[in-house]
Amino acid sequence: MREKNRLFDVRSVIGYLFVVYGVIVTGLGIFDTQAEIDKAEGVRINLWMGLAMLALGLLMLLWLRLNPPKPLPQEPAEEATQEPAPKD
Amino acid sequence: MRTLAAEGLRLDVGIVDYLILAIYFVTVLGVGFAARRAIKSSADFFLSGRSMPAWVTGLAFVSANLGALEIIGMAANGAEYGLMTLHYYWIGAVPAMVFLGIVMMPFYYGSKVRSVPEFLRRRFNRPTHLFNAVSFAVAQMLIAGVNLYALALILQALLGWPLWLSIVIGAAIVLVYITLGGLSSAIYNEVLQFFVILAGLIPLTVVGLVKVGGIDGLFEKVRQTPLGEAGLNTFSDTAGTGNPLGANWIGIIFGLGFVLSFGYWTTNFAEVQRALSAKDMNAARRTPIIGAFPKLLIPAVTVIPGLIALVTIKGLGADEGDMVYNNAIPLLMRDLLPNGVLGVAVTGLVASFMAGMAANVSGFNTVFTYDIWQTYIRKDADDAHYIRVGRIATIGGILVGIGTAFIAAGFSNIMNYIQALFSLFNAPLFATFIVGMFWKRMSPWAGFWSLLLGFLASLTLYVGHLTEVFHFNSDLEESFWGAGAAFVTAVVVAIIVTMFTPSKPESELRGLVYGLGGDSTSAETIISGEKVWWRNPVLLGTIAVVLAVVLYIPVW
Repeated sequence: MREKNRLFDVRSVIGYLFVVYGVIVTGLGIFDTQAEIDKAEGVRINLWMGLAMLALGLLMLLWLRLNPPKPLPQEPAEEATQEPAPKD
Repeated sequence: MRTLAAEGLRLDVGIVDYLILAIYFVTVLGVGFAARRAIKSSADFFLSGRSMPAWVTGLAFVSANLGALEIIGMAANGAEYGLMTLHYYWIGAVPAMVFLGIVMMPFYYGSKVRSVPEFLRRRFNRPTHLFNAVSFAVAQMLIAGVNLYALALILQALLGWPLWLSIVIGAAIVLVYITLGGLSSAIYNEVLQFFVILAGLIPLTVVGLVKVGGIDGLFEKVRQTPLGEAGLNTFSDTAGTGNPLGANWIGIIFGLGFVLSFGYWTTNFAEVQRALSAKDMNAARRTPIIGAFPKLLIPAVTVIPGLIALVTIKGLGADEGDMVYNNAIPLLMRDLLPNGVLGVAVTGLVASFMAGMAANVSGFNTVFTYDIWQTYIRKDADDAHYIRVGRIATIGGILVGIGTAFIAAGFSNIMNYIQALFSLFNAPLFATFIVGMFWKRMSPWAGFWSLLLGFLASLTLYVGHLTEVFHFNSDLEESFWGAGAAFVTAVVVAIIVTMFTPSKPESELRGLVYGLGGDSTSAETIISGEKVWWRNPVLLGTIAVVLAVVLYIPVW
């Protein structure tokens, strides 16, 4: 029986990417100049989007923490490793 | 595709914006390298080992369709046709996605086929299979090229990158992550792209709405435009064709809602493949239904920005140059987003081009390997051989895509035609499928002839439209009627040919046709397993369709 390697969980990728994006954009948002705020119609969009992305990233990581992938079943399903050749 | 001129659209991108884009590229490649470690068999490479949870495949399902062409195109339609564009989402996509999940997925997933053409081979015969496999493979390669070329155009306009540079970078990144990680890599990156594209479009919509004074302010300003009140209704002017879309409600409901959309969503392997990678039957069935929920809300960040662009950007709607409708989103990005979120928005666009291309390429390599190579060329090689073939097919497919992209750079209109041409395959395919799944007598040759003649029927209307032999109010109207003609032809041909050719014995059709359930299409399997309401495909699907109807009410 072949050992089946587990694929990493996509929540970690989303989580880390958005934490990084969130930190960068929030950082920019804190130091936004008036010109930049004016461009966005007076909305501190970098700040708000930065915080929102940070929150999404942290939520993904939290979800992963609270609900980690279940261990693989001891007997991997047969059909997952070998598909039959077509016959007709 | 229209050309974007160099200066007018140029964004004021800063170092941080490039940093955000670069981080994305690195992440995408990292996913490819990491996914490679989990590939032990061809099923891992082509179907992610059938191990994905439903929320991942569901988001990938909607993301595979959320290419940048779709986003840019729907915003453009929003600016040009107004709220009637919503039909593409609520009557077009959602019911078809729900139908796929509830009715068709038990056949696909339960029969353990690895591709849509493979289903045709088992239900009908080899000629039907070959016709579909080859046309699908060729279409996916060429459409990958269209995506690549569009990516290059937008990067040239927004960032000033030369066309060849964008084509090479885009192709190289997709090449690396699909060749290494196969479908898992494509799906993970699609899920990632889903969030990044939303992170780019949401600030655009929010700032845009602030600028025009909220939804009320937006609608008020739309009434002042030439589009006027008609742009704010979806059904009220559809008794005739005197509405922005130029189509009546019959064309919208049957042409767009039924044939065109059901054809696209239920038989397009680039979509169905996402569901086939799900970990079990229930997850596979929930895949398109989970995808339907974001699909309900996506027009808020595509159609609404289109309308915002219509009322805030003077001169939008020119026939050529910077002010074409297709530039609605890029122009808003230029005008409204400061550095930072601007980088996220650019990244979102780039991400969606690459994901669109990756969906084509991962569909292509699977069909090429399983349906062409393994079925007709080398039948009994070991499994590792097919992974290798899949990787080589990926490289070959992308090289052809690059070639297409460079050719398209010379003849940009031709690409529109090619893309439209291949969409002609979907409507007859849906007819062939639906008759074949529910009528056990339909014979193998009926499958072949209904597919071929249905395709020729829509091709005739399309060519007639291009050469102005037939008159239609718009390209859209033509596509509705073309799809309808294809569907009717395919059904009629299926019935007639079945009367004159032998059917398959029932023993060969188990699990492929309704009522001949092996264990997969019986009512028992369909209900079993997930008793929790939020995992019940039928209930979730019903909620999605009801929501689509409810959403129509305020914009009737």
